[in-house]
Amino acid sequence: MPEAMLAVRNLTKAFRGLIAVKDVSFEVRQGEILAVIGPNGAGKTTCFNLIAGALKPTSGEILFKGERISGRMPEDIADRGVIRTFQIVRPMRGMTVLENAMIGAFCRTPNVSDASDIAISSLARFGLRPKAEMSAASLTLPDRKMLELARAVSAQPKLLLLDEVMAGLRPSEGDQIVAAIKDLHASGVTVLLIEHVMRVVMALAQRVVVLHHGEKIAEGTPTEVGNDRAVIESYLGKRAKLA
Amino acid sequence: MRALCSQWPALAFFALLAVVGLVIDPFWQSLLTLVFFYAFMGMTWNLMMTAGLLSLGHALFLGLGAYSTAVLSQTYGWNPWLAIAAGAILSSIIGVVITWIGVRFSVKGVHFALLTIAFAELTRVIFDNWELVGGTGGYFLKAINPDTNRPLESLRGGTLYFYLAFLAITVAGYAIVTILMNSRWGYRWRALHEDEEAARALGVPALRSKIFVVAISAGLAGIGGGVMAMMQGSLFPDSIMGLRLSIEVLIAPIIGGLGSLFGPVVGAFFVVPLMEASNVLGQSTGLFGLNTLIYGVVILLVITFLPEGIWPRVVRLLRPRERK
Repeated sequence: MPEAMLAVRNLTKAFRGLIAVKDVSFEVRQGEILAVIGPNGAGKTTCFNLIAGALKPTSGEILFKGERISGRMPEDIADRGVIRTFQIVRPMRGMTVLENAMIGAFCRTPNVSDASDIAISSLARFGLRPKAEMSAASLTLPDRKMLELARAVSAQPKLLLLDEVMAGLRPSEGDQIVAAIKDLHASGVTVLLIEHVMRVVMALAQRVVVLHHGEKIAEGTPTEVGNDRAVIESYLGKRAKLA
Repeated sequence: MRALCSQWPALAFFALLAVVGLVIDPFWQSLLTLVFFYAFMGMTWNLMMTAGLLSLGHALFLGLGAYSTAVLSQTYGWNPWLAIAAGAILSSIIGVVITWIGVRFSVKGVHFALLTIAFAELTRVIFDNWELVGGTGGYFLKAINPDTNRPLESLRGGTLYFYLAFLAITVAGYAIVTILMNSRWGYRWRALHEDEEAARALGVPALRSKIFVVAISAGLAGIGGGVMAMMQGSLFPDSIMGLRLSIEVLIAPIIGGLGSLFGPVVGAFFVVPLMEASNVLGQSTGLFGLNTLIYGVVILLVITFLPEGIWPRVVRLLRPRERK
């Protein structure tokens, strides 16, 4: 049995009266790609924000490699190798593409030229090498998505949290990102992704966790989850057929 | 170091100014001294701004440096070099305390600016009522004897000495800021300015980065204040720690170009002569307030037509084909 890299235990987050995440537990195993799916408002992004340290849980805990990370600063968590991307991409608009990618690299090396090397190789991975000197503000949406990924990869993540990287992309552009994620996974990065596009989930994920109204309603392989009664009723729709 | 070498035109410009200072008459020397003062202070203010920290109380750091230098060297007989260093450290510490409070209680943006004003004004009021430093009546340095004075020991002297002293700290400040902006901290500060949440998610340590930038900025401002105290020979809380000075130090970098290395220098070369010229014009016509009016209108025009500042525009004109 592979070791659990990330353990989420009885995680609950309440915003005043609203319970966004309710007693959710799951594990991400070393070297796997785990997808978190669920309808809008299911608590997926809140869950991510809790793992990445942007929010503090109301109760429950999150362990990364056996160490408790819940309640820590986002930069501490990033420093340990848990790097997230944002659903709405957030390039540093006043900086170049290369400088954007270097920010992540600085948590691995204090040296500017080393950081630049790391950044260039991760830009190359996502096809952004020729655009390195361009202002990040001038990139198209697909390129910004690529930059969001390249920037995260520059921080040399052990666990990569991807929040709906396909949103707003055409299928062909999405395929490029799927290929890039597969490639990253092959190089040893564990991936936890939130995704709406079932096709992508089926293509990438080894296991799936389904959230609904802040609660976990199913967990298993994509096929198991796809045949789960509760999942079909609450999320996929009764007539859904999975590829 | 490589970053500093690429700044050779600026360094050559400063070297030229050192030579120029030896041949021009005292009027121009004092005018340029004031230019250097505002260029230097503008750089320190601009440094904090690169990390997205708007300081509207920079006169606090300047004033603390000025009073520490004056009081420690005069009342307590400290070596002036040591007194300036102590002033810089004190300014730095106060800056760090303000920043820590700001980060701890998530006081951001304009609210952080208000926090800096609050601290500056609070300190000014304390100094207004503090006997040891002369209160509102001011603190006066002893007169120096020009025949026996050794500028490098007393850190006081004539017009040429202060011209060179302010030029020296401007060059040193420029070098420090250049090196820092090209280090990982420079990247981190800019990233925090752009998007703090995204930067932190990429491992940028927000608190440490902010504390570091303010420690440097406030410390340098303290040094500027120390040299200023020696030049002025008298200190009044209202003029060396007042809100007016806090605003004056940020005009040069805004006019010259926010966030650019050379911008504050360009801005100071524009703003100080303008200030002097409008003063002269105001006095010669005898119309009270005309100087502020002229000054205000010109600043307004520059901000309207060159919103990014003078220097970035000049750079673009020099390299018209550079892609942005």
